[in-house]
Amino acid sequence: MEDLSFQHRVRERADGTRRTAIIGVVASGNLEVLVERILPDAECQLEIKTAAVGFGEVWTAVIADFVERYSPGGLKFSINDGGARPDTVSLRLAQAVRLIEEDGQ
Amino acid sequence: MTAPIKHTVQLPAERARTTSFNEASARTRIELLLDAGSFVEFIGPAAREVSPHLKIFDIPEQFDDGIVVGRGRLDNSPVFIAAQEGRFMGGAFGEVHGAKLIGLLRAARELKSIPLLILFDTGGVRLQEANAGELAIAEIMRAVMEARTAGVKVIGLIGGRSGCYGGGGLIAGCCSALAVSEPGRIAVSGPEVIETNRGVEEFDSRDRALVWRTMGGKHRRLLGAADVFADDTVEGFRDAALELLGLVGTFDLDRLEAEQLRLADRLRNFGTCEDAVDIWTAEGIAHAEAIPELPADQFIALANKIGRTSRDAR
Amino acid sequence: MTLDEILASLFPDGHDVKNDGGVVFGSANLRSGGKSLVVGVANRTAVGVDEAIKLSSCVLDSLAQGSGPIFVLVDSDSQRMSKRDELLGLNEFLAHLAKSLIYADMNGRPTIGILYGHSAAGALLATGLATRVLVGVPGATPAVMDLPSMAKVTKLSIETLQEKAKSTAVFAPGLSNLSRMGAVQVTWNDEVSLADQLATLLTDIPDAHDRRDIHGKERGGRLKAAEIAERVRDLALHTH
Repeated sequence: MEDLSFQHRVRERADGTRRTAIIGVVASGNLEVLVERILPDAECQLEIKTAAVGFGEVWTAVIADFVERYSPGGLKFSINDGGARPDTVSLRLAQAVRLIEEDGQ
Repeated sequence: MTAPIKHTVQLPAERARTTSFNEASARTRIELLLDAGSFVEFIGPAAREVSPHLKIFDIPEQFDDGIVVGRGRLDNSPVFIAAQEGRFMGGAFGEVHGAKLIGLLRAARELKSIPLLILFDTGGVRLQEANAGELAIAEIMRAVMEARTAGVKVIGLIGGRSGCYGGGGLIAGCCSALAVSEPGRIAVSGPEVIETNRGVEEFDSRDRALVWRTMGGKHRRLLGAADVFADDTVEGFRDAALELLGLVGTFDLDRLEAEQLRLADRLRNFGTCEDAVDIWTAEGIAHAEAIPELPADQFIALANKIGRTSRDAR
Repeated sequence: MTLDEILASLFPDGHDVKNDGGVVFGSANLRSGGKSLVVGVANRTAVGVDEAIKLSSCVLDSLAQGSGPIFVLVDSDSQRMSKRDELLGLNEFLAHLAKSLIYADMNGRPTIGILYGHSAAGALLATGLATRVLVGVPGATPAVMDLPSMAKVTKLSIETLQEKAKSTAVFAPGLSNLSRMGAVQVTWNDEVSLADQLATLLTDIPDAHDRRDIHGKERGGRLKAAEIAERVRDLALHTH
């Protein structure tokens, strides 16, 4: 298992007022993303525990891409990864943001 | 900010009708089965109560340890609900996973009047935590019986991808009533385990039709090992749960003695049958070999006509 | 210890317990007076539908006519692994046996499991783990799953599993691990009269409250179970 950690400063805060959301399942080729609205508006943090060791650079690229596209300010993402492909990771991150920007708590 | 995504909003009831229970996640099953927006989770993923044992095996954890427990409303009445996530570690029982269900059962026992739905989706004990998992299952069985004795209706819903195997099958056998769908399976030993231990002549685990005839939802319904057959939709299981909640009575010695008779009768009537088709034929079903292909609504009608239920004898 | 040795040491005042193809049943005279029901599984027999229905029948008959504690002597294999048993709904037969024992225990007939041989998985759940108090006798070898099978499923070598088992009681077979987990209440001494040890247990028998998770925490085998269950129970009682 490998632990990875990323911090980014972003343009603007994520929409909405929901405080937490969860998406995905930990299984081979899949991952879960817990997202919490607990950071200052211009900050974003990602904590990853992954079963696939040695892919730090891939995560760096996927996350940089995601952060640029969605500007998830104020959000902390905690990820348990069962060895998902980069496109699955991107999908889950996008789903997580969509969920926490939904109406409701 | 996210680019606005246009998608048609489906009403929850419509989603429940069109969502496969089998393919849905544990969270989606709860979200669509209960009254919209009524669910409150206990020790959810933000609490990060993961298994303390998986890191020894270098296995990734899940924040909710593969089970979602909480309370909500079903047709406006309060219910407790627990749903296993069958895709995490095969939905298997570990220390934390099992403890979440036990706590819910103990609360139900004290409150007496709030029913409890268990959405099984499990291969049984989580081997990496075998002793803790086995013990959790034993404690759950005890807790189910104590809750039932206090008057709680404990309803099992079985239709997930991991089925209801191992100790999960024993917990199911302790429930007040069970609903099962076509994809659902209930057994103690899994097909591969039987084949490994006894050989392929005893049980060919790759013969899917055989697995489903022996352990699958339709057979369990016809055998009386489950009480209601549900269509594989979340709405189907919601309706089944409501039906069972309306039917289930109290647990007492009469019920236990009736179950002894029910099971002894089953052994006497079917104990020498080679295959499920022989059992179904013996139960008076013409063209029993066509059962697996029968669509859900026709099967439900047929099963109700045969009349074998475990009501008052479970 | 063999079944006969166990019975002789437990019930020096006599018993009529029979072993019928691995299914054990009969009555025993307690030192304190009165007869007790004895049921169980012997000779490492697998527990299938036939064994389970016979055992539950003995328990239920005894509820109607008997009194006193019920002893469950365990030397079994796992549940019977066969097409026939699963076809006939083995899960219900095993659950029914467990329910009969649990009902007895909740209704004035304390159940005492005595694990003297092997047991595993579904058979253990339906017998020893369905009792109020589970006693271990030295030489007993309970398991949830044997290491070779576990090695096959986890794709780790037996040596690797054995190595990991040194630092945790949570998965490997054995009486001492199950004791640390809170499953086995007490392990008796096989060089001293079992009847004496039984008398001690009976004078101080715990109530029908399931405290195995608390014992697991006290003994260091399960540090999370009791706390998590209590927190969920508390949240469930106070959330409206």
